Amino acid sequence: MSRTFFEFARRNLQRNLFRSLLAVVGIVIGVLAISSMGILGNSLTLSVTEELSTVGDSLSVIPHSGQGSQFGAGLVQDRISERQVQDLRRIAGSNPVIPFYSTADRIQVGTKSGVVSIYAMDTDDIPKLVEVDRGILIRGNSGVLAGPRVVSQFDLKVGSQIRFENGDTQRVVGILKERGLGFDIQPDYALIVPSRWYEDRNDEKGYDQVIIKVRNLDDVDVLEKAIDNRFNRREDVLDTFSSKEILSSIQQVFGQISTFTTAIGGISLIVAGISILNVMMMSVTERTKEIGILRSIGTLRSEIRQMFIYEALMLGAIGSVLGGLLSFGGGYLISLLMLQTTKYLFHPSSLSSIALGMGFGIATALLSGLYPAWKASNLSPIEALRYE
Amino acid sequence: METVKAAGEDDPVLIRFDEVSKVYSLPAGDVVALDRISLTVERGEFIAIMGPSGSGKTTLLNLIGCLDVPTSGRLVINGHDVADLSDDDLTYLRRDTIGFIFQHFNLIPLLSVLENVEYPLILKCRDRNACGMKPYEVLRAAGLDDERLYTHKPTELSGGQQQRVAIARAIVNDPSLLLCDEPTGNLDQKTGGAIMDLLAEMNRMGKTIIMVTHDTGVAAFAHRQVRIVDGRIMEDTG
Ligand SMILES: Nc1ncnc2c1ncn2[C@@H]1O[C@H](COP(=O)(O)OP(=O)(O)OP(=O)(O)O)[C@@H](O)[C@H]1O
Ligand SMILES: [Mg+2]
Repeated sequence: MSRTFFEFARRNLQRNLFRSLLAVVGIVIGVLAISSMGILGNSLTLSVTEELSTVGDSLSVIPHSGQGSQFGAGLVQDRISERQVQDLRRIAGSNPVIPFYSTADRIQVGTKSGVVSIYAMDTDDIPKLVEVDRGILIRGNSGVLAGPRVVSQFDLKVGSQIRFENGDTQRVVGILKERGLGFDIQPDYALIVPSRWYEDRNDEKGYDQVIIKVRNLDDVDVLEKAIDNRFNRREDVLDTFSSKEILSSIQQVFGQISTFTTAIGGISLIVAGISILNVMMMSVTERTKEIGILRSIGTLRSEIRQMFIYEALMLGAIGSVLGGLLSFGGGYLISLLMLQTTKYLFHPSSLSSIALGMGFGIATALLSGLYPAWKASNLSPIEALRYE
Repeated sequence: METVKAAGEDDPVLIRFDEVSKVYSLPAGDVVALDRISLTVERGEFIAIMGPSGSGKTTLLNLIGCLDVPTSGRLVINGHDVADLSDDDLTYLRRDTIGFIFQHFNLIPLLSVLENVEYPLILKCRDRNACGMKPYEVLRAAGLDDERLYTHKPTELSGGQQQRVAIARAIVNDPSLLLCDEPTGNLDQKTGGAIMDLLAEMNRMGKTIIMVTHDTGVAAFAHRQVRIVDGRIMEDTG
């Protein structure tokens, strides 16, 4: 029975193939936009959570800066002292605590010169944060490790000599493995030097930053609270932030971008909906006589409605399936561009965002079909029969 | 109400008009298409309705065909007062009790010849083999022997052939009443004659036929002539 009306719908769409295709295109674009953004969002969250759960979280501790003390207490703290580091170690327990200096300097390599950022840390701590790709780690008091971006900028090799602003020179002993965007430090774009060598040349009163590697993700909150209790009771002295927090702010920004693109997808769905409405109203008008005939030989109002709703659903389903399939391509490209990986494309949550996009597509088509279907079913049979 | 059961299958009266008027309200004013018509049609009759253009013949047929309801007066069809029936009930009545044959054939362009004839069966029975008559038999009974034509679309057939398909479609659900609005109006004389022979045959088989025509030759096939002028019955030979 309903097969008959399904068949009617199919044949009518085929009869107006070009028009139907145009209506489908809108749905395809809408579904594609919504699904691809969904896939990207998912892949982003998945890749970051996966990284966090394998390498553990790191908690960054930095001096509280900004307003400091307006009441002249004289404690404008922009360094972390050795004593504070000792306290942090006690709080951190077995989790490694890595204090370091973070600075920048103009360097010269051969004829090239430029500014790079520099991390100075205890040679024992270096392997806790970075891995060496070529060469060796720093032993003793001399040698630098270079991040891959610095290497390509200055054409560095293991053994290259770097001349610092003040005239000191050091040799590159190792080149770091590329680490990508980090939440704690950015070694790809930096040089790492031994802290003792750095301290000998600079009159530092404290460290710029401390990183606590937290092995168990659940400990992050506990540690943050403990640090807050110990240092920030009277006034803010140290700020802490974890990768988790940075992740959530990244996700927040991403959420805004994705709301924006989803809105674009939504707008294109609205346009598609209007075009389906338009196509179907045309179809109702053109088929007025046909509807009159169908009614006169015993077709119920509800059956006429059914026929038109099938038509809308078919447009929606075809558009959504095409859009869903293309979303794999769209999601692949956008993930590759923004995350450099596509391994989360077939993850259940990515697939569910495709399903969501498709659901929206079908729902839009269905909504647009309701009015024409209602209109068609309420035509008076005699008016419809008189229509030429 | 899935099917409208005839209240009195053995009541000889199939249709009764009692002071029925039909008024169309138009912006320019009311048009009285039918003016207090009273008319009784018994089962098995073959009636020709005649009259000048605009006299209300089609309107009368539409009322009998449950496509429209009277503005005033009482109209009883097969035992049902149409004023008591919902839109769905009227539709079931059309589907099960009434067959329509139009001047312009009015076949469904999306369906093939065979599908056009099957369509009312499917509406009624859902399963096209469940209802007694078979579309092939009916098409043959309507004088369309060439089975190669059955898969064609209606527009690929001649006018006479299309009208035969329309007749097959009208009788496939075995209605007791056939309504024909100028069934030969679009056909040449010879083809029209053949169609009339077919209708006369249907009438002999027991179907009540009410037919609108301008053609006195065609009207001669009927046993009773009703003449309408300005929405009133001027002459009734019955
Ligand atoms: N749906 C309608 N809306 C408004 N007026 C209508 C409608 N149907 C018929 N009429 C009017 O009612 C009157 C009777 O029309 P009807 O179609 O019944 O005439 P007819 O006898 O069938 O004429 P014809 O021989 O030309 O087919 C006419 O004046 C017509 O304009
Ligand atoms: Mg007429």
